[in-house]
Amino acid sequence: MIAAESMQSTDAPIVCEVKNVSTRYGNVVIHQNLNLQIRRGEIVALVGGSGSGKTTLLRHIVGLTKPSSGSVLLFGKDLHKIDRLEQQHLKNRFGMLFQQGALFSALNVFDNIAFLLRELKQFDEPTIRKLVMHKLALVELEPQHATLLPAELSGGMVKRVGLARALALEPEMLMLDEPTSGLDPDRSHKFVELIKQLKQSLGLTVLFVTHDLDTLVSLADRVAVLADKKIIAACSLHELAAVEHPFVVNFFHGVGRRLEKVG
Amino acid sequence: MGAASFNIDQDAQGRRSIQLAGQWSLRAIENDFAELKTSLAPVFSDPFVQWNLNNIEQLDAAGALILLQGWGDKVSPHVVLKSEHAELFALLLKLSLPQPKKSRFDWGYPLEILGLRVLSFVQHLKEFIQLAGLLLLEIAYLIKRPQDFPWREFSANVYKSGVTALPVTALLGFMIGVAMAFLMARQLRVFGADIFIVNILGLAVIRELGPVLMAVLVAGRSGSAMTAQIGVMRVTEEIDALTTMGISRILRVILPKVLGLTFIAPFLVLWTSFWAISGGALSANLELGISFRFFFDYLPSVVLPVNLTLSLIKGVLFGFVVTLVACHFGLRIKPNTESLSASTTSSVVTSIVSVILVDAWFAIATRGIGV
Repeated sequence: MIAAESMQSTDAPIVCEVKNVSTRYGNVVIHQNLNLQIRRGEIVALVGGSGSGKTTLLRHIVGLTKPSSGSVLLFGKDLHKIDRLEQQHLKNRFGMLFQQGALFSALNVFDNIAFLLRELKQFDEPTIRKLVMHKLALVELEPQHATLLPAELSGGMVKRVGLARALALEPEMLMLDEPTSGLDPDRSHKFVELIKQLKQSLGLTVLFVTHDLDTLVSLADRVAVLADKKIIAACSLHELAAVEHPFVVNFFHGVGRRLEKVG
Repeated sequence: MGAASFNIDQDAQGRRSIQLAGQWSLRAIENDFAELKTSLAPVFSDPFVQWNLNNIEQLDAAGALILLQGWGDKVSPHVVLKSEHAELFALLLKLSLPQPKKSRFDWGYPLEILGLRVLSFVQHLKEFIQLAGLLLLEIAYLIKRPQDFPWREFSANVYKSGVTALPVTALLGFMIGVAMAFLMARQLRVFGADIFIVNILGLAVIRELGPVLMAVLVAGRSGSAMTAQIGVMRVTEEIDALTTMGISRILRVILPKVLGLTFIAPFLVLWTSFWAISGGALSANLELGISFRFFFDYLPSVVLPVNLTLSLIKGVLFGFVVTLVACHFGLRIKPNTESLSASTTSSVVTSIVSVILVDAWFAIATRGIGV
């Protein structure tokens, strides 16, 4: 079963490729010759200690920051080397859920989700309304939540609305920065189930950063471990057991117990 | 993988059938659904067309909605489609839409707005008085326990809203002094009343312009900064953090601002007035040939020293009003960007208006003194 899965994923085309990326802020080196490949249909978790540069790497991938050297290819293209229009098209092919949601605080839930659909200028308002309601239904929110402002939402709802906004254009890839941080175990479990289900129904590729072991165990197909300024391992959780790196060993201590629980 | 496309066939009996192919989704960037909709319009209007959706590679909500709309919000009876597409159509048809807002013009609306404005004004007034009351209570507490006085914050505020305002108030005061004296000199010379420039300029600047100019500038630079700072502290829950540590937010955040600016404002008034009069003296010297020595010797004898006292009292009052208004609006900021910008604007506008109202009241109250 595991072998079949990994076989399938090695055949699928590469959606995101990080090549020899180094990042320096002044004298502080964050990444050094870091490499990572993500194939279509995978759910990849990015783990690492606090301050190991996980969020920075995610920001490189979505094009918010530029690495000091090396390149990041999304769908085979370097975001920093294409013109503006192409950049916008490329950016519409992935959705990002920020850690705090990053909802536009002056817009209500409906307008937050409708924002990109309106930017496309392809749909009339009734169509946009239906599409937004569809996205709300996808993330299991009620239609009456559409009129709320971000300040009136609970933490779990902010994440859901953020996810609905990231899904507005039905992207191929989803980036999640700490998707379950700040949620109680029950909600975080439900959120993970939601992402899995969406991955199935929409055929998404997912890259997520997490600290939460439960999220990691139940969601990830493959785990990329960021330590010593590079990806020291990118393999399934079971294969990770064979890796002898202090961070992984330490980390696995917690994972092992959870794996036993889920079998 | 390709963009959404369609192909229309017509058989011998004249029945038309349409084959859809490609990616009917937003993922294919070549797709323009607005265009697709218009090009499909003639087919949609014919209810007997046979639809074949089996060759669609991918159908998402956007593509499905375009088709559903064309069919008149139902799945066309003459359609061949995959089961997963049928599910999507069913899901989309099930969606409940919230009632759209009524856009009918309501004649009671202007009245309602007026009422809401009045209520909001009353609310502001209430909260403002409450804030002033809380400040008084804190001051009473400080009289009992003077060792709790927030000296560090106080001196930081004196520096931030007072000392750093020195260059800009000096520049503005000087420029206005020059411009006013220049215009006055032109008029006075017509009547041969050159000497009166000292009286007019001295009285105007010391009694009115100096304090008001200072207040407007301080409201613009320090008032807005205070509102935004308190607002952001509220948004990031810093104020709540202070309260849970058992530290009074009024004592630590509001009081040092109010006392700091109220303390430094009279000095800023003196400073601004000094530069405005210097500017005026320069203008008078260039335009009317009045020597500096004469100007400053003559000034105290025509502008009674009590005017200076009045101007200092005004400085204290204005500084107090500006900070209190700024803090009041800062404490009302809700955690969103719109509220932050709206409150900062209201804060500056309200403090300038309040300053001018207080000034008018003060002018009436002191009409018999010093003139």
